[in-house]
Amino acid sequence: MNSLYNKKVRYRDEVLKALIYLSSLLVFALVLMMIVFILVKALPYLNLAFFTTAKSTLKGTDGILSNMINTIYVIVVTLLIACPIGIGGAIYLSEYAKNQKFVEIISFALEVLSGIPSIIYGLFGMIFFGEKLGLGYSILNGSLTLSLMILPILTRNAQLALSNVPQSYREAARGIGAQKWYMIRTVLLPSAIPGILTGIILAMGRIVAESAVLIFTAGAGYFMPSSILGHILKSGGTLTVRLYFEMNNANYSAAFMIALLLVVVVLGMNALAKWIARRFDVNGG
Amino acid sequence: MRSRYDEELGQLHVELTKMGSLCEEAIEISSQLLFEDNIEKRQTVQALEDEIDHQERVIENHCMRLILLEQPVASDLKRVSAALKMISDLERIGDQALDIAQLPPFARFSMQTHIDDMAAMCQEMLRTTIRAFVGNELKLAQEAVKMDDIVDDLFMQVKDAAAKIIAEQPALAEDVLNLLMAAKYFERIGDHTVNISECVIRSLNH
Amino acid sequence: MDSKIQVNQVNLYYGSKHALKNVSMEIPSHQITAFIGPSGCGKSTFLKIFNRMQDYVDNVKISGDIILDGENIYDPRVDPTILRKKVGMVFQQPNPFPMSIYDNVAYGPRVHGIKNKVKLDAIVRESLEQAALYEEVKDRLYSSALGLSGGQQQRLCIARCLAVKPEVILLDEPTSALDPISTSKIEELLMTLKEHYTIIIVTHNMQQAARISDKTAFFLLGEMIEYNDTMEIFANPKDKRTEDYITGRFG
Repeated sequence: MNSLYNKKVRYRDEVLKALIYLSSLLVFALVLMMIVFILVKALPYLNLAFFTTAKSTLKGTDGILSNMINTIYVIVVTLLIACPIGIGGAIYLSEYAKNQKFVEIISFALEVLSGIPSIIYGLFGMIFFGEKLGLGYSILNGSLTLSLMILPILTRNAQLALSNVPQSYREAARGIGAQKWYMIRTVLLPSAIPGILTGIILAMGRIVAESAVLIFTAGAGYFMPSSILGHILKSGGTLTVRLYFEMNNANYSAAFMIALLLVVVVLGMNALAKWIARRFDVNGG
Repeated sequence: MRSRYDEELGQLHVELTKMGSLCEEAIEISSQLLFEDNIEKRQTVQALEDEIDHQERVIENHCMRLILLEQPVASDLKRVSAALKMISDLERIGDQALDIAQLPPFARFSMQTHIDDMAAMCQEMLRTTIRAFVGNELKLAQEAVKMDDIVDDLFMQVKDAAAKIIAEQPALAEDVLNLLMAAKYFERIGDHTVNISECVIRSLNH
Repeated sequence: MDSKIQVNQVNLYYGSKHALKNVSMEIPSHQITAFIGPSGCGKSTFLKIFNRMQDYVDNVKISGDIILDGENIYDPRVDPTILRKKVGMVFQQPNPFPMSIYDNVAYGPRVHGIKNKVKLDAIVRESLEQAALYEEVKDRLYSSALGLSGGQQQRLCIARCLAVKPEVILLDEPTSALDPISTSKIEELLMTLKEHYTIIIVTHNMQQAARISDKTAFFLLGEMIEYNDTMEIFANPKDKRTEDYITGRFG
């Protein structure tokens, strides 16, 4: 008789399930371990002065304030350069380009760009922006170089966001008589904002993560800015660059404190990205 | 496509044909009853008339259902609406047949052949017109209309003969009058059949 | 009968496919004209010519004239933006923008340059009232349009269309995605609107065409087979193909 009360224990499924749980626990444990390790190493040395002063032989201080400021500068200037180009390019590719082949070529180029090892960007930036264009070691140099690196991320995300906007919105807008750019500005871009923002935050993450590129382009300067705008032409080491040098000089206490700060920043950005995604998903269509 | 509707339409045709046959049978038996006194036959006619009434309701319901469920248009709609009108005339024919059956029978007069002819003609008109509806045949319907002229003509002959007999043999007056009434009923049956034919013609005309 | 639009020998090609063959007809003003026919017969394609939505399709060739109020809509001097102000469109799937109800209705007027808030308020209210939606949404004009039900969204799309004060309204199967109650609300709405607008509706639903339209055109394989008063088409179709279609014998 074919009774229903015949629940078999399927051993293979159970074993696989256990293995999967184990591997995810392992990943979580490793990450947690790393963060805790950094925390533990940095905790004994934490002091306010470290985060509120800059390195100065004159004043005898050894803080990372200037590096924090430099990091912010690099992020802002890079985004200012890359966003218009990336988003503008995405809009062109998504809404204006007629030739499918052309779109494919550009997409391919962007793919290639995103696969190039970052140290090569460092080389390119150092020689092209630094020597050829005469920018030397400066935040502007670093930002220009990083722009090239994050362009694929920005463009791809913006393109995706635009293609996810339902075709029916375009039809409705056309039916009312809206011109193309007006339609893009008032209907498509607002709908695509969550996707575009995601791209920007991912890009920011990439910027913060870079060290090698910046050493060769933005330099390792640790002076506080003397003028707001002028500072972008000066050499400015970011937090990651400073971390590299502290490790080189075996200042592990400083290194771990910078590491802790960076981990917090990264966690913060991820949380922000998640929050934005959730908030706009609820509203959007 | 629409095979279910066509099936339903086929069923409607069957029911109409049946109602027509019932009427024909009623006409046949009631015309016989004019010249013979037969209780069984009289009961048969009564039963037939009941069944004709019942058929009217059956077909009416069927048509309503078709309209409700299938929303017929164009010629489909014309056929259903024609069917609805036809059954009321058929029901009246049933009534007339019963009236004829309830007349007291009388002796054979010379006009008996006229009566027999009128009965036969009515039956054929009925048959023809229903065939015309079912088969979508315009010519048949037009023929059926023409047949009524014969019925009307026969009626006039009966009337004239009746008047003569009453004048010559007043004792037979009552029977002759019954005969006249029977003839009148047949003439009415003919008119109802013409109504049906005209209905059919209208439903076929494009 | 006042003729609002005259169509002369219109042919449309998608690449090499001859999608509309020599269509000629007159659309009467202030009446509802319905286009019916089986899938792929060209009725939606034909509808989209009236507001030049075909301009956005690649590889389309159109010949023939479409004269609206004496002007050919394909004349090179015509500004499509102005045409689409005069000839509005409502689509099959309700497609309100992901904005507030107010912004949806105000979108059209803003496109055409109206910025004054007082004016916009009045236009929004009037359009929503005309679309029989105002009472239902007057307390939540600034909430998202996507929170409305399907039937309400479609009426919103009608309001959005009315806001630019068109003269002709094109509707492409406007109720095929809606439930029966919403459908009948919109049908009632269209019957009231025809007093002020000329309406052309494409519909799959023949009972709908019979219920609300004054004239009906039957299309088949790109040709217009028969065009007449609706009562005539449904009671006495002249062409056998029309009769076969409306009685459901094919299609």
